[in-house]
This record gives sequence, C-alpha cells and structure tokens, in this order.
Amino acid sequence: MKRLVILGAGTAGTMMANHLHNELKRPDWEITIIDEKEEHHYQPGYLFLPFDIYSPEDIIKTIDEFVPKDVHLIRSAIQKIVPEENKVLLANDDVLHYDVLIIATGAKIAPEEVEGMLSNAWHHSVFDFYTFEGALALRNKLRSWEGGKLLVHITEMPIKCPVAPLEFAFLADSFFKNKGMRDKVEITFVTPLSGAFTKPKATEALDHLLAEKGIKIESDFAIESVDSINRKIIDYGGREIEFDLLVTVPTNKGDAVIERSGMGDDLNFIPTNKGSLQSLKHENVFVIGDASNIPASKAGSVAHFEAEILTENILRFVKGLPLKEEFDGHANCFIETGGGKALLIDFNYSHEPVEGSFPFPGVGPLRLLKESRMNHMGKLAFRWIYWNMLLKGTHIPFVSATMSEAGKDYEH
Amino acid sequence: MEKQYAGKTIQVNEEGYLKNFSEWTPEVGEEIAKENNITLGARHWDVLKYLQGEFKAELPISIRKIGKSNVVDIKEFYALFPQGPLKTASKIAGIPKPASCL
Repeated sequence: MKRLVILGAGTAGTMMANHLHNELKRPDWEITIIDEKEEHHYQPGYLFLPFDIYSPEDIIKTIDEFVPKDVHLIRSAIQKIVPEENKVLLANDDVLHYDVLIIATGAKIAPEEVEGMLSNAWHHSVFDFYTFEGALALRNKLRSWEGGKLLVHITEMPIKCPVAPLEFAFLADSFFKNKGMRDKVEITFVTPLSGAFTKPKATEALDHLLAEKGIKIESDFAIESVDSINRKIIDYGGREIEFDLLVTVPTNKGDAVIERSGMGDDLNFIPTNKGSLQSLKHENVFVIGDASNIPASKAGSVAHFEAEILTENILRFVKGLPLKEEFDGHANCFIETGGGKALLIDFNYSHEPVEGSFPFPGVGPLRLLKESRMNHMGKLAFRWIYWNMLLKGTHIPFVSATMSEAGKDYEH
Repeated sequence: MEKQYAGKTIQVNEEGYLKNFSEWTPEVGEEIAKENNITLGARHWDVLKYLQGEFKAELPISIRKIGKSNVVDIKEFYALFPQGPLKTASKIAGIPKPASCL
C-alpha cells in the first residue's frame, strides 16, 4: 500500500483530502492528514469579529467534521520533515513514511520580527487581527474605546489576504460612524507599499475610496520599531507616526516546522513551481496554499483554485505522467468597503484586477472593482460556501480554476 | 518615454525606471542618482551591484533580503538612499521597480 501524507488540516489541506480520497483508494493508497489543532477556523471571519459582525461561533468548527472518514487523521504536532528519506517525524518521535507529501502548513504572524511590537501593550493598545485571540481582544477593546488615533498598519509583504487591512480600515470607518463617534477617531492606513494595494488599477480605485471615507494614507513606511510607551511607530528612515490604538499586520512567515526541516526561504516559505505546485527540490513533495513561495495572493480562493489543479497533477504524478504547469495565480477576493457594500477583484499572475462583470461576461451579477451591495451579499454568502462547498472540494459553479479574461475591461 | 542620460537616449517607463537594463551604464546611473539628489559613493555602488546581481539571477528583491545580504543593513540602506530606498536604488541601478508579492 502506498501512502500520501498531508501536513496541515486548514483550508488547503482539508480541500486536498476531500479531492483525493475519491481518487486514491484503499487497498492501493492510504491518505493521512496531520494537524495538532482541534478546531478549524474560518479565517476570513477574523476581519468581522472585532466589529461584532460575526461572533466566535460563526467562525469555529471542528477539524474532524471536514476530514473524510476514510482519511486517517493524526492529531499531533510535527517535529520535522526529512524529504531525503521520505519521512515525517511526529512530536512523539513516531515516524511516518510517505510516497507523496502535500505540505499545507500555512502562514502565521511573527510579531517578534519587529522590535518592540511584542510588549506589555500587546493586545492592550497594539493588536493583530490575524489570530482568533487578537481579533477577540480587539473586539473587547473596540466595545469601550473612546476614540483617538487609530493606525491600521502592514509590516511587510507578503501577507495573507493582502486586502484585509484595507477592509479593516473601511469597516472601522463604518463602525465608528454607526456608533456616532467617527469625529473622535482619526484613521490612518500605514503601508510599506506606495499606495493602497499592489496592483495599479485597484490601487487607484482603493486610494479614491480611502480619501472618500476620510482615511489618511501613509505609504512607503518600512517599520523598524514600535515604541509602545510613547505610542508611536518608527520607520528605518526615522519617520514617526503616533497612535492611540495600533492595529497591525505583523510579518507573515511559514510554519516553524519548515525552518526546522531546512525547506524554506528566509520567511519559511517553500520554493515551489508556480505552475505545477511541485516543490523545486523534491519531486514527490507538493505545496499548496500559504505555505509556498509562489507569487500569488495568500488567500483561500487561491488555495481553492490550486486544489483543483494540484489534484490533477498528483494523479498524473502517481501514474508517472508529466505534470501540467497550469496554475495561473488566479485569485478572487471580495473587499468589504463598509456601509453594507463591497468590491470584487479577480486577477492572476499576468492580469491585474480591472473593472467588468463577473462571473457572466457583460451580465454580472457581480461588478468588478466597483462598490455594490450585491458584492457585499457575495462576501457574506461566502462563509456558507466555505463551510459547505469549498472545504469539501465541490467545484464552485461558473468559476474556473484558471482566470477568464471575458467580461473584463483590459486596455489593449 | 525617452530620456537623455550621459549623452544617450534611454527608454524609460512613466515612473522613470529603465525599460532595458542593457541600456544602463555607470554614467547613466550617476545621472539618475543626481536627479534624485544623491551623489554616488563606494557604499552606494556596493548596493547597486548587489541589486543588479540579484536581478540578473532573477531573484526577488525586498528590503528584508537586503538587510540580510551582508552588503548593507537596512539603516544604512536608508541613509544611502533616503525616502523609498528600494525604489530609488532600483531606478539608479537600471532594474525594474521591485514587484511586491501579493
């Protein structure tokens, strides 16, 4: 019997288990998935938790209920991967040999990377919202905060869901308006980039929205340290910005097990073929989701599109067929803009987000790069889609794994 | 767009980055530096050569990587190329604007 091992039962790993258990069956194959956690979190929900839009129950389920019964779930931390010997060492020194390995260990925040970010002020006046604990602590803070200078800050790229900090700023604007205290809060968006986003057309639209909502932007800010006593952040050029409440997205890194295994780059992301999702170093190792270093967004939608292509490639690999280099970096993200509206962007490695209609060319019903209520409904519906379709590996109707150029206003 | 540097006509994009690295010469670099109020010294050239090497090897460039490069630390990088050092240095080195990963 051959063995396929999946490391990580988050969004990407769970999807792969669901895709593959119908294809690689006993007695020829055994599929094992390893994760130390009990809970599966709907991570996009962390954005809504601080504003009391979602409650914890909305975003937490168990890992078990999404892992197929014929897949062996091992609940354990991983000590090390030894790719030269095709084996994984578990926390209790158990050894697991594999024929094919899928790494889906994700990305995590690393606030310790910036001097002074982790201090007594952590989760008191300096918060993240990329962890459940951070988002919940921030909710409790915002419930009673009386206003002042709010900074929404990105430490460095790449980060998971690169639009989430912007969405946070937009939702904060709405939140304080609804509480009748918007005039008491000064919101500033601080970014290491030159504008609101990484792609020109979307940056133009988003910069405009920031201005419309009275949110200031401080760009090209490469943070060196946080001074939590005097409440300011300082960049390498000596620029200082004061805060009363700092909501930061710390450096994102791949899991520590990747570092222990010597398989990552300087941020613990694994060098991966961006078209086939095969590790560049080990031919029977594949990488999906946030764990890889491919130049695509670190987002659930990307993992979903990758999963369809990776499933095909793994089936080709076990049959000894050449892999397809088909993944095009397709990402599809709703951007909450507050006030019950949202934007939608759809893009890939070579095509930046532009205006247009989605998923039906010329029809919609969703509008690309334009604020609408329908897009907001799409964002909220997405939670249901996530739990009921995405994790189970069900194909989302009308949305293909590779991006469609139809219905989009590219300048030629 | 075209610009005149060191007596040569050079193709640049709207933001002033060279379109073809092959058109770059040290003299072109000197003149772009002057436009950015920077006079190039030995330490500048260490950084510029490092950036060009990474570019030729098709490796991604980021402030973090420069900080760990043993060529220059981030503090000095900022002192050498004030205000958006990665962009300014890339422009002077004749390489494309560093793409930030999504």
